[in-house]
Amino acid sequence: MSDRKLKITINGIEAACEKDETILQVARRVGVRIPTLCHDDRLEPYGGCRLCIVHVRGVPRPLSACTTPVADNMAVTTETNTIRRIRKNLIELLLSNHPNDCMRCEKTGDCALQDLSYEYGVDGSRFEGEKWNLPVREANPFIRYEPNKCILCGRCVRICNEVVMAGTIDLTGRGFHAMPDTAFGKPRTLENCEFCGQCVSTCPTGALTDKKSIGKGRAYEMKKVRTTCGYCGTGCNLDLNVKDGRVVKVTSAYDAPVNHGNLCIKGRYGYDFIHSFERIKSPLIRKGMKFVTASWDEALEVVASRFKALLKKYGPDAVGAFSSSRCTNEENFLLAKWVRTSLRSNNVDNCARV
Amino acid sequence: MVNDNSLKDLVIRVCVGTGGLAAGSQEVIDEFNKALAARKVRAAVRKKCVGKTGCRGFCAKDVLVDVVRNGKTFTYQLVSPDKVNRIVEEHIISGNPVDEWLVGPDYHAFHDRQTKILLKQCGQIDPEDITAYIAIGGYEGAKKALSLDPFEVIDVVRTSGLRGRGGAGFLTGLKWEFCHKSREKTKYIICNADEGDPGAFMDRSIIEGNPHSVIEGMIIGGYAVGANYGYIYIRAEYPLAIQRLRTAIREAEKKGFLGKNVFKSGFDFDIRIKEGAGAFICGEETALIASIEGERGLPRPKPPFPVVRGLWGKPTVINNVETLSNLPSILTKGASWFSSIGTAKSKGTKVFALTGKIKNTGLIEVPMGISLKEIIYDIGGGMEKTNRRLKAVQTGGPSGGCIPASHIDMPVDYESLISIGSMMGSGGMVVMDDTTCMVDMARFFLTFTGNESCGKCIPCRVGTKRMLEILTRITEGRGKEGDIDLLMELGTDIKLSSLCGLGQSAPNPVLSTINFFRDEYEAHIKDGICPARVCKSLRRYTVSAELCRMCGKCFRACPSGAVIWEKKQKAVIDKEKCIKCGACYDACPFGSIL
Repeated sequence: MSDRKLKITINGIEAACEKDETILQVARRVGVRIPTLCHDDRLEPYGGCRLCIVHVRGVPRPLSACTTPVADNMAVTTETNTIRRIRKNLIELLLSNHPNDCMRCEKTGDCALQDLSYEYGVDGSRFEGEKWNLPVREANPFIRYEPNKCILCGRCVRICNEVVMAGTIDLTGRGFHAMPDTAFGKPRTLENCEFCGQCVSTCPTGALTDKKSIGKGRAYEMKKVRTTCGYCGTGCNLDLNVKDGRVVKVTSAYDAPVNHGNLCIKGRYGYDFIHSFERIKSPLIRKGMKFVTASWDEALEVVASRFKALLKKYGPDAVGAFSSSRCTNEENFLLAKWVRTSLRSNNVDNCARV
Repeated sequence: MVNDNSLKDLVIRVCVGTGGLAAGSQEVIDEFNKALAARKVRAAVRKKCVGKTGCRGFCAKDVLVDVVRNGKTFTYQLVSPDKVNRIVEEHIISGNPVDEWLVGPDYHAFHDRQTKILLKQCGQIDPEDITAYIAIGGYEGAKKALSLDPFEVIDVVRTSGLRGRGGAGFLTGLKWEFCHKSREKTKYIICNADEGDPGAFMDRSIIEGNPHSVIEGMIIGGYAVGANYGYIYIRAEYPLAIQRLRTAIREAEKKGFLGKNVFKSGFDFDIRIKEGAGAFICGEETALIASIEGERGLPRPKPPFPVVRGLWGKPTVINNVETLSNLPSILTKGASWFSSIGTAKSKGTKVFALTGKIKNTGLIEVPMGISLKEIIYDIGGGMEKTNRRLKAVQTGGPSGGCIPASHIDMPVDYESLISIGSMMGSGGMVVMDDTTCMVDMARFFLTFTGNESCGKCIPCRVGTKRMLEILTRITEGRGKEGDIDLLMELGTDIKLSSLCGLGQSAPNPVLSTINFFRDEYEAHIKDGICPARVCKSLRRYTVSAELCRMCGKCFRACPSGAVIWEKKQKAVIDKEKCIKCGACYDACPFGSIL
């Protein structure tokens, strides 16, 4: 803390900070909650949703906490009657152009808009008027886009441009009819989209959802099991979302040290094999030209005796092992350890040598 | 062959602004050249005597032609090619001006009450000829600036009291000082020529009439803040202005006024033109920067301000066209000359696009602090229709507010306009009479701002839409109890919470009309009446038996046979047949249709 040169107060709490920090960053550090919709720690500050507005002493107009850099002796108040009223009206305005079909929405329970409506006691009935009535876009295997649920926070657009740098989507149109879309509204294909699902990962509402997980469970029903992706050597952390013993979705959290919640198409969507009916669930031993189902004891017995014989005859350099990306990272680790310690060989590899 | 010595100083100036060209000034020029050649006048004069010049502001009377002979200037109005021969024959050859085609007293009234600094040269010099600009002292201001220390230049501008003419009225000298103080090596100066307010054409006329004044202003500004690169962001809808700017930049480069080592001072300065694609939001400085960078024109929150982090992340000063073209004369004539014009806090002159229900519409330049009354009645010549009275004036375009007739003695300056809920804006001024419905007017402006909202922030994108829907239902007779309060609350919150100037000012027309004309809103909602008879669903036409003079004009005007009238009888309107078009109302010379 000693190198933090500036001092500000947030709701009377003194906080030391550095000059490049924003009000929101400092507030979070000292434990003051400021509501946000368009903010994602992975992205540049945007200042679009205006929910994070705060009062700064001496400034007549409220400022967005996510974009305003701190200045020495700044006095910030995060809740006043006016600010509360404005936030309420902003949520009210969003809900006035929202389907409000939470009971069957994929995102229920994990939706920032729903949480804020609850927190501020807003139901969206004050403003009536035109609502979007746009068709759902799902002519692709991974991403379902329901424009009617979009609140134009711009997170999908920014993550696609700032983090993935794919430029698949951008804001189109103006005014009330502005919305994120692909160029010329074309369906997503491998020509214009990487299908990394980063846009889905940052969407605060049910506008973008993982097509493969639809109807397979609410966020709060899922147990998150953290593991490391085996598809390449980067080492991204995955959270396997498990419901009733089945992996129904893959997410990642911002606190993941390597990937900060970012994933690619393989890590996020390459999990079908886990519950595939084609998956081999017991060992097979080749007898002649045929594979014959065997028990684990039989299989291990064959492997152990053959390895022993080979080692005796040719030495450890003659043997090796090859494991799969579709095993977990932990399983891959165990195999490598076994090859090096038991077989005393360095001949170990994996199909994901990227 | 004409051998008259008096022809030696003959100059014919034809307006070639967009208004003039649209009215056919190119054909008029061709016809003059043909007529003069046929009579061998050109040979006698031995020089090109038919010249082009920029807009004089009174476009309603275009094509305007000045004929200068023996030091006397005669101005002809509404000149068309077929009038040229007679002007040449009678005025130029015989020396007798064609009186019936000369401008009338309205032209003089329009011009004589103005204080022309920026527009003065617009009507005099050929905008496509740098020597014409140099001949009237052009580029002297830049030369002087470059002989001073940058900080001295900033000091001159600061003491002159010049404030940004783009709308907000920030002190130009102070803005420059912030940028000057930055230690970054690369800095930029941008000229904001993305004039988007409906009906406003101040900047376009200045660029079309005197592009070099803008370039000179940018050289002065660039030198003062330490920027070696300038951008002019101009709407692609201004092709003539763009073409003249390109010509002007090319000529200035040839003369060594732009490029490396400007005026041999060691200062390098280049200007590039960036054409905008027509989004109103790109007039907002941060959206403008995004647009130059090749991004979608989305504003970003301030702070940090562009003077700290602007174009390509570098300190950037953005000045409006009018601000920049004020600079050359501030440098040559001095800060005290400039600050002697105007009021205590608003210095110099302001150009307005005067339009609406008044006699003389056009571009005017007036000193700050002049009253609205003088603008409307002296320069504007009063109301267009004598039987109509002034109701309100909208200043600041769609972002401004309306000022009711009761306040027309108010001085026009930054603070006064803001105190009444309006703003200076870039200089639109719409005069409205009692046939304008204030609810409908507010709806019109909000339709514009709502459509032009970029969609980034919630209050502007959805808020203006919902306000517009409330206004629409009021004008359609479906207004509800509480709608006015809802508009006020929503308007206040949009102003407070919007990200950029567009949203922060979009509710102004609504809030100011509610403030001054609340009764009109209430009449729509509670009584189901549109007092100005504009809102079609709320119109009820009846003939006042007292006022009707039995002329029958309403009967002849009615397209649906709803007016029952016979000679020497008072008219009656059949409500079943009436389609509420208002033709009878407009036709009645006695105001007896209610």
